Amino acid sequence: MSETLLEVRDLKTSFNVKRSGRKYRLKAVDGVSLSLVSGEVLGIVGESGCGKTTVGRSIVRLVQPDSGAIQFRGGDVLGARGAALRDVRLNLRMVFQDPYASLNPRRSIGDSVAEAGDINGVFKSRADRAARIAETLSAVGLEPSFATRYPHELSGGQRQRAGIARAILPAPAVIIADEPVSALDVSVQAQVLNLMMDLRERLGLSMLFISHDIGVIGQISDRVAVMYMGRVVELSDARTILDRAMHPYTRALMAAVPKPDPSQRIVGVVETGEPPSQFNRPTGCAYAARCPLASERCLAEAPLLRPIGPDNRLVACHNL
Amino acid sequence: MNRDGIALWLTPFLARPIALAGLCVLLAMVIAAAFAPWLAPYDPYAIDPVSRLMPPDAVHWFGTDQFGRDTLSRAIYSARMALLIGAGVVFFALITGIPVGVLSALFPRLGHVLMRIVDVLMAFPSLLLALGLIVILGPSVANSILAIGAGFMTTTTRIIYGLALRLRAETYVEASRSMGSGTWWLVTRHILPNLISPLLVQASFVFAFAQLGAASLDFLGLGAPPDIPSWGNMLAESRTFITRAPWLLFFPGMLIVLTAFSLNLVGDALRDRLDPRFRDVFGGEG
Amino acid sequence: MMLSVRDLTVSIGPETAPIDIVSGVSFDIGKGEILGLVGESGCGKSMTSLAVMGLLPQPGPRIRGGRIDLVGADVTQLQPWQRVEAGHGRIAMIFQEPMTSLNPVRRIGDQIAEAVRVHDGVSGAAAQARAHELLDLVRIPDAALQLAAYPHQLSGGQRQRIMIAIALACRPQVLIADEPTTALDVTIQIQILGLLRDLCNRLDMSILFITHDMGVIAQLADRVAVMYGGRIVETADVGALFNEPRHHYTRGLMDCMPARNLGARRLPTIAGQAPRPGAIRTGCVFAPRCAAVQDLCLVAAPPRIVLSEGHEALCAFPLQGERPS
Ligand SMILES: Nc1ncnc2c1ncn2[C@@H]1O[C@H](COP(=O)(O)OP(=O)(O)OP(=O)(O)O)[C@@H](O)[C@H]1O
Ligand SMILES: Nc1ncnc2c1ncn2[C@@H]1O[C@H](COP(=O)(O)OP(=O)(O)O)[C@@H](O)[C@H]1O
Ligand code: SF4
Ligand code: SF4
Ligand SMILES: [Mg+2]
Ligand SMILES: [Mg+2]
Repeated sequence: MSETLLEVRDLKTSFNVKRSGRKYRLKAVDGVSLSLVSGEVLGIVGESGCGKTTVGRSIVRLVQPDSGAIQFRGGDVLGARGAALRDVRLNLRMVFQDPYASLNPRRSIGDSVAEAGDINGVFKSRADRAARIAETLSAVGLEPSFATRYPHELSGGQRQRAGIARAILPAPAVIIADEPVSALDVSVQAQVLNLMMDLRERLGLSMLFISHDIGVIGQISDRVAVMYMGRVVELSDARTILDRAMHPYTRALMAAVPKPDPSQRIVGVVETGEPPSQFNRPTGCAYAARCPLASERCLAEAPLLRPIGPDNRLVACHNL
Repeated sequence: MNRDGIALWLTPFLARPIALAGLCVLLAMVIAAAFAPWLAPYDPYAIDPVSRLMPPDAVHWFGTDQFGRDTLSRAIYSARMALLIGAGVVFFALITGIPVGVLSALFPRLGHVLMRIVDVLMAFPSLLLALGLIVILGPSVANSILAIGAGFMTTTTRIIYGLALRLRAETYVEASRSMGSGTWWLVTRHILPNLISPLLVQASFVFAFAQLGAASLDFLGLGAPPDIPSWGNMLAESRTFITRAPWLLFFPGMLIVLTAFSLNLVGDALRDRLDPRFRDVFGGEG
Repeated sequence: MMLSVRDLTVSIGPETAPIDIVSGVSFDIGKGEILGLVGESGCGKSMTSLAVMGLLPQPGPRIRGGRIDLVGADVTQLQPWQRVEAGHGRIAMIFQEPMTSLNPVRRIGDQIAEAVRVHDGVSGAAAQARAHELLDLVRIPDAALQLAAYPHQLSGGQRQRIMIAIALACRPQVLIADEPTTALDVTIQIQILGLLRDLCNRLDMSILFITHDMGVIAQLADRVAVMYGGRIVETADVGALFNEPRHHYTRGLMDCMPARNLGARRLPTIAGQAPRPGAIRTGCVFAPRCAAVQDLCLVAAPPRIVLSEGHEALCAFPLQGERPS
């Protein structure tokens, strides 16, 4: 059952950026290791700019990592060619955050949904193509007649359904969903989350589910990786992290989520500081400046992920 | 394009009467070119020594020139040359600009080199560039198109490059790349379809400025052969009679200005049509 | 009442066939009170706030009916400068994206001093001193240093603090905050929320806080107005609203929050999607999505029922409530 589908080892990805005339090398992802077993949903949570999207884009080869290895079913992803590459392309698929930007305004929904199949020569005939588009649209809760419509005729939620349809035709092994519900209204967000949970069961999908919203992550994930400034700081089962977060950053993050309960107000007591500049990363623990537990060692030495406690949990912190 | 689509394209013209007027002028020009033999009251080449340099009157509405040829007829026939040059220049600018601009955007290293070359070419004033080319190639209609087109090729390339760079960063292009699409797929399914509308605007401006360029070349005697009717040639021939027969200068001059101006108005209206804010106001959104 | 809005209707489209994007909105904000206005995108929150500010974009939306009273004076059709000239109450606004409201090529200090100059009529050292004071008020560390910074050198959270400082320059009695934390990370958001609560207490300022996030409402608001399809469908004290929501939309909105359903295999949802302006003309706006819809809802506009002191719902068949006679 628990075959390891996707394995990311010590991934490092950086970008050249120009800031006030000077060139910097921005380390967006700085040594991330993850693995995804079949049928599992691994949530990645963290604040904006912490490198979540970059991890996803590196896996689907939209950016070239500086170093590290990515394996899909034991085969190399970054160096894949020919039939192996086609296999990777069809099995690792991405859903994007912004439903308004992720569909080409000049292509019909049907053409967009069929794109992976068209590119990789999956369809046997025009009739086969039309039938599978219709089937996929139904699977995501859209009328098959949407195939001939254009994105501007759809609401945000419908567009995101179309974006999901594009990622499951033909059915992949893994979906990398980058904040798929963040741009949606709460009521529509719930519909789309339910759809993703349905599809996961029906198609036996595994997912890397990226979000900045702890609530959404807790809803859908089996395991959760918490990222801070390009690194994973805590990784464990969803319940373990949600109920008993250990890393000081995870704890601050959980505490800051506004609880929909007026009797549990926290407003007025929190001053959690701001993340340091990404252009000059501190040598030691990146969280040291905001951390209540910080010690001498934290300034000098970056903590590595290590198992702590009984819950099969990994934490990167010196002082636990 | 369905009926709604057409209505949407017409809206910016209907909302602004002056742009509609521009559109009408252009339509008139196309009709003049197409039906010149039927519309022109006289043969544009027919010489009539008796009625030389006649001012406008009921017989010759625009007057006659130094050979007694009917100015109105010549002006009508000139629309053909104007359209030919305009269309030729637009075609030349797009046929060179699209591949260079799009490929430069898709392949940054190639783009770096090509765009430097374009920058160098852009440093020359376009009329000077055109003159230089004509001197090398010799005057003819085809060479006028080439010479004027060379000047617009650079600006068009730049614009296409900029647009394509933006399109390349669109999420839907990323999505397509993540599914394994190659260059050909990206260009034909994503980049070109989204370039069509902005290029329509650019084409209308190029068309307008080509009119001015062609007139300048003709006026200098470096454009179309002098016997072919064109507004520039008409201006050039009449300049010695400027005090005795000002109408010879007035009518072709006016037509050049009117055409260029109308095209600019049309270009403006098209650009408004493409402005998303404008589209919202007129209900282009879902 | 510091701010009192009655039957505010904002419309677009031609005079002869107007489309209401805000219809019949009423609310009051008392001194030192925070009213949370919550609703999904496109429901008319921003249009309401811009109408109250006198800042509706021109041309386009316009106030077609209703009345806005600011600290006791009718300001319904007045532009901001006319309000200042007439010496009416002071009101200021902050927006979702602070970067677009700041001038990227001017120093922070100068931009705050500019606002001080406009409102206090002082300039030079006095204005800079007040700017320093305002930065302290919004708890920006190293105020002296930050006065010399440019907007792009600051983080999103700091920029939002600067925007609050600029808004405070006019010593507002009412502050309108339109989704000021939506673009921020939660750890920064909680700080800004804390800051607003603190300012509200210290300066005795009233705040109209707009958001789509029920969690933020629960954390910050004293009273809540829930908006849907251009109407306020429920108004209540924050405790009452969360303990016993009476409108079906409010209830649905709370039910579908993931944070309330951790671990559930399926989230409750509200079927369908929000209506477009002008789409619904008779009956209840929420009827197409309401699980408790009755025939009456489709034909008659629902009444505004007072359920208890300060708790109202725009519904013919409110949850757990008796039917109106
Ligand atoms: N300038 C305008 N012209 C025409 N319609 C407009 C204009 N601005 C907004 N609208 C429409 O009015 C309605 C209310 O918009 P408003 O911006 O107030 O929504 P909102 O509740 O603030 O949403 P969000 O959460 O997305 O900010 C929407 O349907 C919107 O499309
Ligand atoms: N193409 C790019 N060029 C330069 N910087 C980038 C690029 N993509 C991402 N970054 C930077 O890398 C960091 C991590 O980005 P990202 O992975 O998008 O974060 P997240 O998804 O967690 O919000 C950010 O500082 C971002 O600005
Ligand atoms: S390593 Fe040190 S600074 Fe970093 S989180 Fe742990 S205690 Fe805090
Ligand atoms: S009036 Fe009717 S449709 Fe509207 S919310 Fe109440 S019960 Fe539902
Ligand atoms: Mg991201
Ligand atoms: Mg808004």
